[in-house]
Amino acid sequence: MSSDYNLTRLADRRHRRSLFIRGLNVDLPLLAALLLLAAVGLIVLYSASAQNNDMLIRQIIRLGLGFTVLLVLAHIPPHHFERWTPWLYGLGVFLLLAVLVMGEIGKGAQRWLDLGVIRFQPSEIMKLAVPLMVAWYVAERPLPPAYKALLVASLILVVPTILIARQPDLGTALLVASSGIFVLLLAGVAWRWVFLVGAALAAVAPVLWYFLRDYQRQRVITFLNPENDPLGSGYHIIQSKIAIGSGGFYGKGWLNGTQAHLDFLPERSTDFIFAVLGEEFGLIGILVLLAIYLFIIARGLYIATQAQSTFTRLVAGSITLTFFVYVFVNIGMVTGLLPVVGVPLPLVSYGGTSLVTLMAAFGILMSIHTHRRLLSGS
Amino acid sequence: MALRTPLKDHLRETHLFTSRALVALVGVMLLLVLVVGRLVYLQIISHEHFSTLSENNRVNIVPIPPTRGLIYDRKGVLLAQNLPAFSLEVIPEQVKNLDETLAELAGLVAISEEDLEQFKKRLEQKHPFEAIPLRLRLSEEEVARFAVNRHRFPGVDIGARLTRDYPLGELGVHAVGFVGRINEAELQSLDATNYRGTTYTGKTGVEKYYEAVLHGQVGYQHEETNAVGRVLRVLERRLPAPGQNLYLSLDADLQWVAELALTGKRGAVVAINPKSGEVLVLASLPGYDPGAFVNGISTKDYQALQDSLDQPLFNRVLTGQYPPGSTIKPLLALAGLEYKEVTPRTSTFCPGWFSLPGDEHRYRDWKREGHGTTNVRTAIMHSCDVYFYDLARTLGIDRIHKYLSYFGLGRRTGIDLPGEAAGLLPSREWKRAARRQAWFPGETLITGIGQGFMLTTPLQLAAATAMLANRGEVFRPQILRATQATSGGELMMQAPLHTAKVPLSDPANWDVVIGAMQDVVHDPGGTAKGINRGLAYHIAGKTGTAQVFGIKQGEKYKASELAERLHDHALFVAFAPVEDPEIAVAVIVENGGSGSGEAAPVARAVMDRYFSGKPGL
Repeated sequence: MSSDYNLTRLADRRHRRSLFIRGLNVDLPLLAALLLLAAVGLIVLYSASAQNNDMLIRQIIRLGLGFTVLLVLAHIPPHHFERWTPWLYGLGVFLLLAVLVMGEIGKGAQRWLDLGVIRFQPSEIMKLAVPLMVAWYVAERPLPPAYKALLVASLILVVPTILIARQPDLGTALLVASSGIFVLLLAGVAWRWVFLVGAALAAVAPVLWYFLRDYQRQRVITFLNPENDPLGSGYHIIQSKIAIGSGGFYGKGWLNGTQAHLDFLPERSTDFIFAVLGEEFGLIGILVLLAIYLFIIARGLYIATQAQSTFTRLVAGSITLTFFVYVFVNIGMVTGLLPVVGVPLPLVSYGGTSLVTLMAAFGILMSIHTHRRLLSGS
Repeated sequence: MALRTPLKDHLRETHLFTSRALVALVGVMLLLVLVVGRLVYLQIISHEHFSTLSENNRVNIVPIPPTRGLIYDRKGVLLAQNLPAFSLEVIPEQVKNLDETLAELAGLVAISEEDLEQFKKRLEQKHPFEAIPLRLRLSEEEVARFAVNRHRFPGVDIGARLTRDYPLGELGVHAVGFVGRINEAELQSLDATNYRGTTYTGKTGVEKYYEAVLHGQVGYQHEETNAVGRVLRVLERRLPAPGQNLYLSLDADLQWVAELALTGKRGAVVAINPKSGEVLVLASLPGYDPGAFVNGISTKDYQALQDSLDQPLFNRVLTGQYPPGSTIKPLLALAGLEYKEVTPRTSTFCPGWFSLPGDEHRYRDWKREGHGTTNVRTAIMHSCDVYFYDLARTLGIDRIHKYLSYFGLGRRTGIDLPGEAAGLLPSREWKRAARRQAWFPGETLITGIGQGFMLTTPLQLAAATAMLANRGEVFRPQILRATQATSGGELMMQAPLHTAKVPLSDPANWDVVIGAMQDVVHDPGGTAKGINRGLAYHIAGKTGTAQVFGIKQGEKYKASELAERLHDHALFVAFAPVEDPEIAVAVIVENGGSGSGEAAPVARAVMDRYFSGKPGL
């Protein structure tokens, strides 16, 4: 295994690196960017949690767990993921059904599955399983996908999306669906199909309205006009806009954000932590954060283009773009560009499950990058 | 693209992927530009707007209501004060088991079903860190009992709030007045800023008239709060300026004597210092408990007060308008002397009735057999009606109106109390405007004995008597004697307000009338001789009775046959000492029947008290 392992190294990796780094199977620039992001996140969290050391320590433990998962997965060659994909997907769908049947009510939604020792959200599995499954299915066939392949692929992503949306967890459903859609887009689905589906969705949107739950409808209404209900559901958006806006260019300084510290800002450690950053570090701080995100995305896309199989390419691309969806939906929500959808700011928001899933995805990304075989030509 | 290849073309797929990845990157960049644009809008363009909002969010301005000024009588007897009212308050978030705690508390302090219901209602409305009252107005014993057991109840405490208290209860209620909760109409007229945090405002009496002085200036506290309103710290504080204390000219001791003398009757007593206009006694009976109004009187109790035939809420001194009856006669005599229609020696024969030339109608004297030959002195002393019918006819309504006006009749005295009535001093002009009728000569006659249209308030009578005692020098009646900015501080005395002088060409005429009034009390034939026993000082007075309704011609008036409430009102005005008057009193006893029998003793009681323990200060 070891000699085989060394043979698979790319010939053009000429730079001298320590054996340790090489042995880690990580992409150093990406890992550095992720660590930097995590550090920024901890700094903001320290302020957002009102200097709560317990929260900080719990987040550090989660980050440790996340990076451990990343390192473990980075070690596993990508073809293993390819082999596990149908099983993971099948397990995910099964668990989602299980949640629907016997899932306990948590936060008004059936998302958690109690396995006695731990409680976890099966939808987290789907965040990885769906892009893997779609890529797995599409990569077997010639690209761009044919009608039949497209239909099956659509089914693969729609079923779990609907199951998750039924829980109801619109944010995760959105992320899961987009991760699958990105695979199809990257696989080269004809643009006319993209526009056709887009137009069809726009047409059924009003019909969809009737299937939304009350609080979901409320979110849309609130998004359209937050001032409508300043003390009710529009409160989140108004307060976070005040926090960000009052931060100005330079911000109020670390630990000096009044909005956040005086409890005006709801969910300030979790989904709305971006507003704390905006208030305390101003536009400058936000631009720094966005630069880190952009670097990670660019690096992820670069890794995708360098990937050697269709499957790994599609998975790497989808993981990267889904990561961007996290960032965009969260910031869009906090700044009032998008309706309130429960999506955390990756690596910055306080929270467990989604962080681990995210790091697992990056682990796969690194595995793809570090396990490339020497290719002839190209 | 439309081309379908059955075999996988890796090169082509790679190119396709790379181009798609590039499109994706461009898409990512575009969306990030959108985000940055949004942030520039929020943080640069709208920065000021959001900064202001953020500041408002953070700092709450909380008003601190000022402490209301105290009210004292002239000797420093407390008439209105602020007492802490104790209530049992619960802070829900600090209580472990609410139901258990409530049950245990009920063992210490009486908690009714109603209290519990109110508490549960408030529990839902308030934040868990806010103190919610469970029981209001705890007794001292209950406070003590809870204090001993306080350690057992974390999150439960005694709350203290200042409420207005009237230590003397009903005494002087029509002068002092009371405070009550600010109502909708008052909210419109009060300065909204200054009354933020104030729940009470003066409703009647001094409490109302001097509301602005008593209230003080509101203070502020800038509190840093979080979104749910919990106070984190106080940033800035401007202390409220407490209201000023008021020292009234009222003498609680005299007031007590006056009210005691009228106990069980309906009526009014006013005593004024003629030399300054200071009101010493302002009593209207029956009274009521002002304390009942402070925390909101129940509709039922209020209705009972409203519907009472005795009209306890009715301020007889200021708003009770009665015919002055014979008490007007000294003033009319003075007019006759001034206009030189009579001299002290001019005499009139009184056969017991008077009639106008060419008219059959007989205007009767109260004494059927008549007073015989009378002059000014005897006419006042015996209260002869015929003499004054004749004098009134001679003077005519115009001159009567003019001269009585000098004594403030038909006009508000301008006392520093709200709601004063003006009374009615009839004239030709008035009758034409109000009744659309000409003035009849007969009406002049009955005006001469204080009947007919004429109406006066007890305060006006007292004020007119004070003018007479002061030989025409007019001081506006005043109930405020001094103000005090801070308790224990210097008193700012109110200067007496000299408003006018009754014109009289011959000062000797004062002596004629005042001498006659002294005879009313001190002469064995005077109508008020009944009160002169054991008098150590000289009183000048005049009795009066005012008809509640007219007696038909030829009918004999029998007091006993009339329902009690149709009896004549008994009046008496007086001042003393005659030589150098210090006190002028007006007394009216509704349906008292006889001025000498019912009203005069009340005046004597007040004066006796006044001269036995002369008012201090």
